[in-house]
Amino acid sequence: MLHTFLECRLRSLLFTSLILLITACGRGESNVVQGNRDGVLHYGNGAEPQGLDPHVVTGVPENHIIRALFEGLAVKNPQTVEPEPGVAERWEFSDGGRVITFFLNPDAKWSNGEQVTASDYVWSWNRALHPGTGNEYSYMLFPVVNAEAYLKGEITDFNEVGVKAIDDTTLEVTLNAPTPYFVQLMDHYSTFAVHPETLMQFGEMTDRYTPWTRVGNIVSNGAFTLSEWSLNRRIVVEKSEHYWDRDKVSLNSVIFYPTENVVSEERMFRVEQLHYTQVVPLDKIPAYRSMPDTPYVQAPYLGTYYYLINTKRPPVDDARVRKALSMAVDRETLVRTVLQETAVPAYSITPPDTLGYFPPKLFDYDPEQARKLLAEAGYPNGDGWPGLEILYNTQEAHRKIAVAIQQMWKKELNIDVTLSNQEWKVYLDSVTQIDFQIARRGWIGDYVDANNFLDLFITDGGNNNTHYSDPVYDDLILYRAPKAETREARYELFAEAETRLMEEMPIIPIYTYTSKHLIHPSVEGLYSNLMDSLNLKYVQLVPGRQLQGSTQ
Amino acid sequence: MLRFMLIRILQALPVIFVVITATFFLVRSAPGGPFDQEKVVIPEVKKALEAQYKLDLPLHEQYFAYLSDLAQGDLGPSFKYPGRSVNEILFSGLPVTAELGLYALLIALCIGVSAGVFASLRPNTAQDYVPMSLAMIGICMPSFLLGPLLVLVFGIWLDWLPITGWGDIPGDKILPSITLGSAYAAYIARLSRAGMLEILSQDYIRTARAKGLPEWQVVTRHALRGGLIPVIAFLGPAFAGLLAGSFVVETIFQIPGLGRFYVQAAFNRDYTMILGTTVFLSTLIVFFNLVSDITAAWLNPRLRAQFKGGSQ
Amino acid sequence: MTTDVSIALTDAEQGSSLWHDAWIRLSKNKMAVGGGAILLTFIVVALLTPWIAPYSYEAQNLDLGASPPSAAHWLGTDIFGRDVLTQIMYGGRVSLAVGFIATGVALIIGVSWGAVAGYVGGRVDAVMMRLVDILYALPFMIFIVLLMVVFGRNVLLLFLAIGAVEWLTMARIMRSQVQSLRQQEFVEAAVSLGLSPVTIIRRHVVPNALGPIIVYTTLTIPSVMLLEAFLSFLGLGIQPPQTSWGLLISYGAETMEEYPWLLIFPGLALTITLFSLNFLGDGLRDALDVRGSKD
Repeated sequence: MLHTFLECRLRSLLFTSLILLITACGRGESNVVQGNRDGVLHYGNGAEPQGLDPHVVTGVPENHIIRALFEGLAVKNPQTVEPEPGVAERWEFSDGGRVITFFLNPDAKWSNGEQVTASDYVWSWNRALHPGTGNEYSYMLFPVVNAEAYLKGEITDFNEVGVKAIDDTTLEVTLNAPTPYFVQLMDHYSTFAVHPETLMQFGEMTDRYTPWTRVGNIVSNGAFTLSEWSLNRRIVVEKSEHYWDRDKVSLNSVIFYPTENVVSEERMFRVEQLHYTQVVPLDKIPAYRSMPDTPYVQAPYLGTYYYLINTKRPPVDDARVRKALSMAVDRETLVRTVLQETAVPAYSITPPDTLGYFPPKLFDYDPEQARKLLAEAGYPNGDGWPGLEILYNTQEAHRKIAVAIQQMWKKELNIDVTLSNQEWKVYLDSVTQIDFQIARRGWIGDYVDANNFLDLFITDGGNNNTHYSDPVYDDLILYRAPKAETREARYELFAEAETRLMEEMPIIPIYTYTSKHLIHPSVEGLYSNLMDSLNLKYVQLVPGRQLQGSTQ
Repeated sequence: MLRFMLIRILQALPVIFVVITATFFLVRSAPGGPFDQEKVVIPEVKKALEAQYKLDLPLHEQYFAYLSDLAQGDLGPSFKYPGRSVNEILFSGLPVTAELGLYALLIALCIGVSAGVFASLRPNTAQDYVPMSLAMIGICMPSFLLGPLLVLVFGIWLDWLPITGWGDIPGDKILPSITLGSAYAAYIARLSRAGMLEILSQDYIRTARAKGLPEWQVVTRHALRGGLIPVIAFLGPAFAGLLAGSFVVETIFQIPGLGRFYVQAAFNRDYTMILGTTVFLSTLIVFFNLVSDITAAWLNPRLRAQFKGGSQ
Repeated sequence: MTTDVSIALTDAEQGSSLWHDAWIRLSKNKMAVGGGAILLTFIVVALLTPWIAPYSYEAQNLDLGASPPSAAHWLGTDIFGRDVLTQIMYGGRVSLAVGFIATGVALIIGVSWGAVAGYVGGRVDAVMMRLVDILYALPFMIFIVLLMVVFGRNVLLLFLAIGAVEWLTMARIMRSQVQSLRQQEFVEAAVSLGLSPVTIIRRHVVPNALGPIIVYTTLTIPSVMLLEAFLSFLGLGIQPPQTSWGLLISYGAETMEEYPWLLIFPGLALTITLFSLNFLGDGLRDALDVRGSKD
């Protein structure tokens, strides 16, 4: 069977075919060059999407594709993040901001040519809120009257929910209270409309797993339509003929790649297989930064990286200990060294300049004060320290930060801290059960408003995870701030609440995230913004521009 | 021989059944569920989700429901990828992983056996040390090191070969196949060298040599058959290893194969997907072990005689 | 080595000088002796590391960051400014321990299991090997995840878990060896002499199957070390700040363009160890080659 001479033949055959292959293909034209000519954007999308049903999926890779295929009532301007017309050409507030009337663009069409109507929205929001659908982002619509009661099954008649189609192009939404950020939410996929007839063709309204989102079946209303979906390989969308603003769309097509491995993604970018990467490996950043006309783009991002503290477990049940720990973290050094200047030191939970809101800064890096607080709490120079464990989910980035902080606390406070990493789902379980002393956590905003960060810490909030409870704080966030007359007054109440929070220090804020991408110089109109939200309809490709130091 | 195969296949069925049962209950006992997320899910929504996937039923009922679906060839819907069935995902990944595994195994066999046999002919000379040292380096090189290294050299510095994909750009199958195959080539080289040395010292080889047969005929006609038994025994497990080990290679080269699903399913607590891949992989492994046993038996003259006797 | 000694003492047929001869043959093999010496050095260094390491294990210097080899840091520093030489020394402790303990576990279980199955044959063999098949087909990733979760992460448990997985192949190889040995005349002769199966397995089968087993052992040690790296990489193995060579290499591989020394030195440490093991294994195999020594 395995005669050696036969093998030698096989081997030489293999070898020659290898050589032939190498010389024959010679790596031809790169994706980028080809794409620039044909108007095709090659987009590193981070992962295979779970699916493309706006009321079923959660996640960032899904968001990018769904927002190319669908459009909300209002969309975010990619430069200012303020709402601009989408399916609705305009909207009006009445009853002191409690009622919003959306006037739909009569030219807004589904990809089969039918008009997008107000009743499509009523049907879709019924689906998004129906208890049977299991929409994990259903809370996006909770500002609407009775939406929460409908989801929780307290009422079963959707007519009681505050959304009505007055006529084909007029949609009236009644809110529980004036909600300044509500129009922003219209750009979140959980509030998007889906095409009722298409869904019903493949199953019931609340079915999660029908094939309606597959190529050939899906009907959408965005700037692009789905033309190929190869599992774990690529998703291709093409310019839609029926999109109302089609004249503005410059790209013919976008190809989304599930670039799970960030190191591979960066290499794909380097050999011009991608126009755009979802992230950039930390160690590659200095080299890209130093390039002339750098393709590296970094911008502040609406998210905070922090440590949760279990305020009921010693020794961190003492606010003085919590403050000492927080003050002994040298965030500037951490950001400069471990994070390679890819983050902004944070001293509170809300990211700075969240639509004009700046969080209060109550403390600074102050090892002297930290040692004093620790001594007051009964551990002078770390004596009698019972030990402390930092929990994080298994990932190199979290490990690096934990290792650095462990070292800072050892050096400044002379206390021993151990590290513990858990696999993702186990870690989630521990965090939900509040079974830790200190745990790493990140929060990414769903919409640009301080409320999205501050309502985390209301008593028994699902994402509180610290046992922090303060009735005054709850009152400020839940009742007083929503009733504020002006933006300034509302922000003042937020600042008051946030000050109370940071005086108790149930969390140790560490840094504010940034978004980091590599963008090929031929790409125009990919603006960076706080939500890292792009609108592909503004993107253009300019052929002929080259990556510095590229091999081609 | 036929009876032997039949018995083995019948024996395999309870094996697979035990594997399914053990996995089903093991997976359910792990902390965390498929719908746990960083942003906490509203209890009502979670309940609705569990109802849609029948997770609200008692565990034994879920188990019997799964078995009855399985009997009809239905592996259920994926939790992580709503809208896709496990069957669909497996059959989209299988051809890719199988092709990758096959190329890797072929490369491993060609290189490994030739190097091992070559080295065994003149033990403790340069002809032995050089290929064996290379093999050793192959063993030291985990795929998470060799893969990026090959990409760097052939994909980026020399710019000869594509660095990601599978069947998209001509030549993109070369680097992943080599990466996956190299560690196995090294193992096979070591095993075949050892096996050959064992056989070459046997009396019948000496007899063959004494009869004046040319050395290459001694090797190909007589020694290889016995000398490769350890290699054959290794191949069954190796194929299983290739399937599971393809995870790293598939991730580095962005290959749409099975390995990625297999490992990620465990981390995602995608119950149906874990069970589906397990059922599927265990069937494959049992099958390949069977094939490797049969081949080893066929290669071993004495055992072969025994089988012939048994089947009469 | 106690079994070896007992075999040597009881093995009247082949003479008590077998093990002595083997030792002499081994000591003549320069490569094997060299390999053994290097291995021994590494083990001694690993044992003495807490006393002889040039820097403290945890000492960071964030402002220094990753620096190439220098007079102060012979092998450079990692991104935390930690001394690479110190890291490699500590990593060696874990890697060597994993390699030897897990392989030892695998060796003991696998060899006895395979020998019994192969020797007894028939129904016993079928049952034993089906059990091996079942374990093979188990999703090993989930198995380890569960172990680590239920019992908490624990280095010793990790060793046992890896060993418990690795013994399967060992058992298969041993079984196929024993099956073919059983047909040999000298074993048949021993059976006809009425020796008990345990005695036959111990005296005749195991020593003769040693060659492939030793070779496979020298292959298992590296694969165990790499398996540990893979598991640690997924977060299921060694807890930072503890480290291992495999883990150092996997981090080094990610930054090989920027900080090549983070890959090269741990890689060298692992390669040298594995080469030494290999030469020692080969030497042992040749030295113990019973049939080869009979002419």
